[in-house]
Amino acid sequence: MRNNANKSVVIVEKEDNTSLLRCNGAWTLKNITEITSVLQSIFQTTDKKSNINFDISAVDEFDSAGIILLLHTVKIFKVNSNNVNISGVSNSQEKMLAMFRGEEESADTSITKRYFFLNILKTVGKNTVSVLRDIVQFIAFLGESIASLGHYILHPSSIRFKAIIKNIEEAGVRALPIVAVTSFLIGVVIAYQSAVQLEKFGANLFIVDMIAISVTRELAPLITAIVVAGRSGSSYTAQIGVMKITEEIDAMKTMSFDPFRFLVLPRIIALMIAMPLMIFFADIFGICGGMFIAEIKLNLSYAEFINRLQNVLETKHLWVGIIKAPFFAFLIATVGCFRGFQVSYSTESIGRYTTISVVNAIFLVIACDAVFSVFLTELGI
Amino acid sequence: MKNIVINMKDIVTRFGDNLVHDRVSLTINEAEIYGLLGGSGSGKSSLLKEMIMLLRPQSGSIQVLGKDVLNISLIEAEELKQKWGVLFQSGALFSSLTVAENIGIALKEHTDLTKDFIDVIVRAKINMVGLPRYAAKLYPAELSGGMVKRASLARALAMDPKILFLDEPTSGLDPVGAEEFDQLILGLRDLLGFTVVMVTHDLDSIWNIVDRFCVLGDHKIVAQGTLDEVIKINHPVIEGFFKGARGSIRGRM
Repeated sequence: MRNNANKSVVIVEKEDNTSLLRCNGAWTLKNITEITSVLQSIFQTTDKKSNINFDISAVDEFDSAGIILLLHTVKIFKVNSNNVNISGVSNSQEKMLAMFRGEEESADTSITKRYFFLNILKTVGKNTVSVLRDIVQFIAFLGESIASLGHYILHPSSIRFKAIIKNIEEAGVRALPIVAVTSFLIGVVIAYQSAVQLEKFGANLFIVDMIAISVTRELAPLITAIVVAGRSGSSYTAQIGVMKITEEIDAMKTMSFDPFRFLVLPRIIALMIAMPLMIFFADIFGICGGMFIAEIKLNLSYAEFINRLQNVLETKHLWVGIIKAPFFAFLIATVGCFRGFQVSYSTESIGRYTTISVVNAIFLVIACDAVFSVFLTELGI
Repeated sequence: MKNIVINMKDIVTRFGDNLVHDRVSLTINEAEIYGLLGGSGSGKSSLLKEMIMLLRPQSGSIQVLGKDVLNISLIEAEELKQKWGVLFQSGALFSSLTVAENIGIALKEHTDLTKDFIDVIVRAKINMVGLPRYAAKLYPAELSGGMVKRASLARALAMDPKILFLDEPTSGLDPVGAEEFDQLILGLRDLLGFTVVMVTHDLDSIWNIVDRFCVLGDHKIVAQGTLDEVIKINHPVIEGFFKGARGSIRGRM
């Protein structure tokens, strides 16, 4: 026998194989936790296959949570092969029971919850499929870009020169200060680190070779690409993503403005034009950074530095750096635009896809650089 | 004697120099469906926002469930907020959560129920508002307009509120969907016995489900009562509403 000062509980009357559960008090959300614990202890002390009779005539107040709990308890008792009855149901209670009964009885219990190992497989499978789908979609995106490039070539008048120029200004010209500062600092870092080592051997002059070749071949292109990926790649994703949420993209399609010709290609072309120039710009500042430190740390005058530079820096090194630029630019711009189109109709997805776009772009740039590095070295360039 | 659930007295609201409410008073009784009617810009949404403490009037008094919401302690406000549910015009479902998480979040934050039982309640509520079961796992962006309304109704009803506030519940729904939604609210009100306060300018809703309503115009309430009472009053705003083409078509039927 149980009772509680609060009244909002169940009184059990046992008789042979039958338990009469007299429910009373308020079965509302406020008291649910308490009622649940009382019901649980009753459940544990009740024999299997016995008869259970709920009498709810004394319940003062039911809300939907109370009804759901009652039905849920009935279901649990039934699983335990008890014979369950509900009596003392008023008219309005009957209506509420009918409303929720259908759902409670048909509700499926999901199996996946219980199998940890299956869950891992499920996650791996899901992610694999989504990566594969991403790749397929990206290839489709590339295809469409190239098809609309074909359209550009066949109809040169449809090229959006204005948009291209605007994008060159936005992604190229405006990025010059940050590119200059970053590559100058990279020049400083390289010069500083190598100055210490070279001084030990008295090979001060070789700092010029070191800086000139490392900056022009590898560092300036990479640093520029990373800055551009963070600056322009992300903004491409966000711009196109917002246009998708506000249905501007759909509006363009209905007015037969192909988004590829109007949005994607101008961005890709602009970046492919701007990037080689930016890398050349970064080369200059990187070398200046090195020259500055060489003078301070190694007492190598600017005149000596430049004189040596002219001898060691063959133009092929410069070209090796610059030839990579259009490839980097292409990767950054296509990934940025592609991820922008993947944004779905929620504000949160803009942030998510912008992050993904920058991470993807930087990864692809570095992977592409590795391929070039191996390839060009094997060719002996 | 009916229990008064909401009592607003002499409400004055001003946005800058723009006077919206000039000493507006109204009372809403327990378990009735009360409509706030008025043209665009008549301040009906502001009135609703004042009831749910999103907006503060310049002067006047508002009592909701016996609490003075303009002078309420933080703890009392917290308790009061669990006794009402609000359905916003555009749904306002949290876009980063699934439908099931949207419905369950208040239960998760405000009660100490187990996760399993919250799931049971959420499933029952999804069924209650007439959503298909697979909707539970969808994100708000993947729902149709009608489903968004139903999902946010389920969220508003998650805590078994005493009052349900609806801001233009049928806007953006087709006539059939709007009718179904009206009937859903009516059915749930009869079943669960909560009070409904709705801002609307859908004449069909006024005709079909609203018990009493008020009409706002000229910064004041120009009429308040049942449909039969209001329609007898001669006032340009009321005539505009019920004797214009749209109103009279319904009247002929």
